[in-house]
Amino acid sequence: MSLVVDSITKNFGAYGALKGVSFTAPQGAFVTLLGPSGSGKTTLLRILGGLEFPDSGAVRFADLNWLGVPARQRRAGFVFQQYALFRHMTVAKNIAFGLSVRPRRERPSRGDIRKRVEELLSLVQLEGLGDRYPSQLSGGQRQRVALARALAIEPRMLLLDEPFGALDAKVRKDLRGWLRQLHERMGITTIFVTHDQEEAFALADLVAVMNAGQIEQYGPPEDVRRAPKTPFIRDFIETRA
Amino acid sequence: MRKPADDSLFMRALLIAVTVGYIGLFLFLPLLTVFTNALANGISAALDALGEPDSISAIKLTLLTAAIAVPLNLVFGVSAAWLVSKYDFRGKSVLLSLIDLPFSVSPVVSGLVYVLMFGMQGWLGPWLRDHDIKIIFALPGIVLATIFVTFPFVARELIPLMTDQGRDEEEAAVTLGASGFQTFLRVTLPNIKWALLYGVLLCNARAMGEFGAVSVVSGHIRGLTNTMPLHVEVLYNDYQYVGAFAVASLLALLAIVTLILKSLLEWRYAGEIAAVHRH
Amino acid sequence: MRSVAISSPFARLRNPSVLPGFGLTLGFTLFYLSAIVLLPLAALLLKPWALGWSGFVAAITDERVMAALKLSFGGAAIAAIVNAVFGTLVAWTLVRYRFPGKRFVDALVDLPFALPTAVAGIALSALYAQNGWLGEPLSLFGIKVAYTPAGVIVALIFIGLPFVVRTLQPVIADMSEDAEEAAATLGATRFQTLRRVVLPSLAPALVTGTGLAFARAVGEYGSVIFIAGNLPMKSEIAPLLIIIKLQQYDYEGAAAIGLVMLAASFCIILLLNLFQSLLSARR
Repeated sequence: MSLVVDSITKNFGAYGALKGVSFTAPQGAFVTLLGPSGSGKTTLLRILGGLEFPDSGAVRFADLNWLGVPARQRRAGFVFQQYALFRHMTVAKNIAFGLSVRPRRERPSRGDIRKRVEELLSLVQLEGLGDRYPSQLSGGQRQRVALARALAIEPRMLLLDEPFGALDAKVRKDLRGWLRQLHERMGITTIFVTHDQEEAFALADLVAVMNAGQIEQYGPPEDVRRAPKTPFIRDFIETRA
Repeated sequence: MRKPADDSLFMRALLIAVTVGYIGLFLFLPLLTVFTNALANGISAALDALGEPDSISAIKLTLLTAAIAVPLNLVFGVSAAWLVSKYDFRGKSVLLSLIDLPFSVSPVVSGLVYVLMFGMQGWLGPWLRDHDIKIIFALPGIVLATIFVTFPFVARELIPLMTDQGRDEEEAAVTLGASGFQTFLRVTLPNIKWALLYGVLLCNARAMGEFGAVSVVSGHIRGLTNTMPLHVEVLYNDYQYVGAFAVASLLALLAIVTLILKSLLEWRYAGEIAAVHRH
Repeated sequence: MRSVAISSPFARLRNPSVLPGFGLTLGFTLFYLSAIVLLPLAALLLKPWALGWSGFVAAITDERVMAALKLSFGGAAIAAIVNAVFGTLVAWTLVRYRFPGKRFVDALVDLPFALPTAVAGIALSALYAQNGWLGEPLSLFGIKVAYTPAGVIVALIFIGLPFVVRTLQPVIADMSEDAEEAAATLGATRFQTLRRVVLPSLAPALVTGTGLAFARAVGEYGSVIFIAGNLPMKSEIAPLLIIIKLQQYDYEGAAAIGLVMLAASFCIILLLNLFQSLLSARR
């Protein structure tokens, strides 16, 4: 069940956000899209999640014509940079949301939903906070709720859009390690967008360095570090080392 | 010691006096006079006037008109606000200007346009007459004119708020598998409920109190096509002052309740009502 | 493995966002607007031309029509200016000062929005009549308000009052006192500070609020006709003339006046919007 992205192009009016992007990743890989703002990485992520439509190109995942599947049915868990938690619902209701909107036939019972929410709360280390509202949580806690919410639907693919961007350095580092452990436990194909190269290299099995709508290099982190293909990549990595 | 950016005691006293005087003269006195005139012959006389059959019909017609116009405008307001805040498309500013239109049009002109369309000499006049359908000088005309002057209220409260709230939560809901209606009902609606209530409150106040537009389309048929404001005019022109002011008092009470609820909502839910509050 | 593009430009036209409901909301919104607003407005735009251009001009420039238009526009202008002056003072007081009953006064400012115009109309008429609470003392000075153009102006002041106050209040509230304190440290008297620092920053909102008050007052009907006297050529407002013409089945004449008023409203709103965008461009 590998992911094949083939020549994705996206224009916003006259602005070319993505110019023929292609890459392949094996099932269960942790792929980081690394690049400065404006490189197109978030656009690519949103296309994978069904929140944008490309102008041309194709994606194949789980043996499906991925772009032909409506966002609602993709089961691609999306974690937004600003959390996008449902502010009028408790943490527990947030996490349960994906399960509670399933069509009646596929919906688990109330009891099952509650159990699952409890499991996820302890997975993200937020036991006991189920009845709190998002406004009562810290940034790091909110992001973990967002992750738990995305995991609740048993996603086939996990998409994270600079999830730690709004958090301070220490929280970031902690969450980073914790996310990597989570990934090793669950093995879901994960695409992670960031502009922080330290973060990208620490987390990824495969790194795609993007610039101005194109992937300039794609491969395991050590390869990219050791042998950067273009001056842009060399500069990008160095200035942040 | 007075801070440099403070006004002098004299100036403060003067301005407060001017403010209280201006508001008192132009706003409070007229309001007070409605009630004192209604009760000029005692409260039983006022209640009798309200119990007259024509008054009762007027009250019923007002309530019926509002009961039709307000829900329709609610649906429109939600639809327009969803459209404007969740999608990008060309022509949005034209749409927004159209929605603002009734606020810049005289109420009489608002009624006039319906007479020109549905009246005897209007576009559809002959066709309506042939099919024995009455719009002008009947309930449908009154409802239409009322809808025209009140439809922006809900939309204008929701549009800035929903635009401000953005699309993140709705997008998250879609990625989690929710349908359009599920997303609206469970994610969007709770976020806009106070602004919605506020818009409905203003819409209703205007719908029940509209005079100019309804006056043009109604025909003033006693007991049939007179809403409360029109009935006030009829009674006043008939020199039945107690009756006129009694009905007016009911409307004034409605206004007062509206103001109280409005203040309450503004005070408690300011953040959730409007990002930019325009009138 | 190459596949055919999944989203044709046509599909994107139908679905500019992933959130469902575009077709539904667009369709309903456009339908509602067309039925309620666009079609009836079209009727207004087309009707006067039944007279032909010269007929239209003749209808507009008729003595009685011109007198009515002059009263509606002139009275609205005077009322708007009065509201501009006092509205500024009221807005300043409500934002900057504290006094007992302030909340009540503040809530009362919205009364013209909430009170039906007919109620305001008969109340004002009763107040300023010869034997009214205000009419009586005024008549001792020889001032007649009811049944004169002065009455029209009083009613229009009532109707436009909230516009200036409510437009200014948030602007005054947002103004940090820094600039005023700076002026004071530079040696300006309070009056100089108010005139040269505060007032200019309020000017845009003041113009907007006054413009809105004017636009509203021009077309006002219910609160005016009871106190106005409604004598043709003297105290007859334009909206009343429209109604009279409708009753006489002079649809074209009524539509002509209506069109003039509509055009005037549009111009005012357009000018205000232009003014706003000019200002934001300058910032």
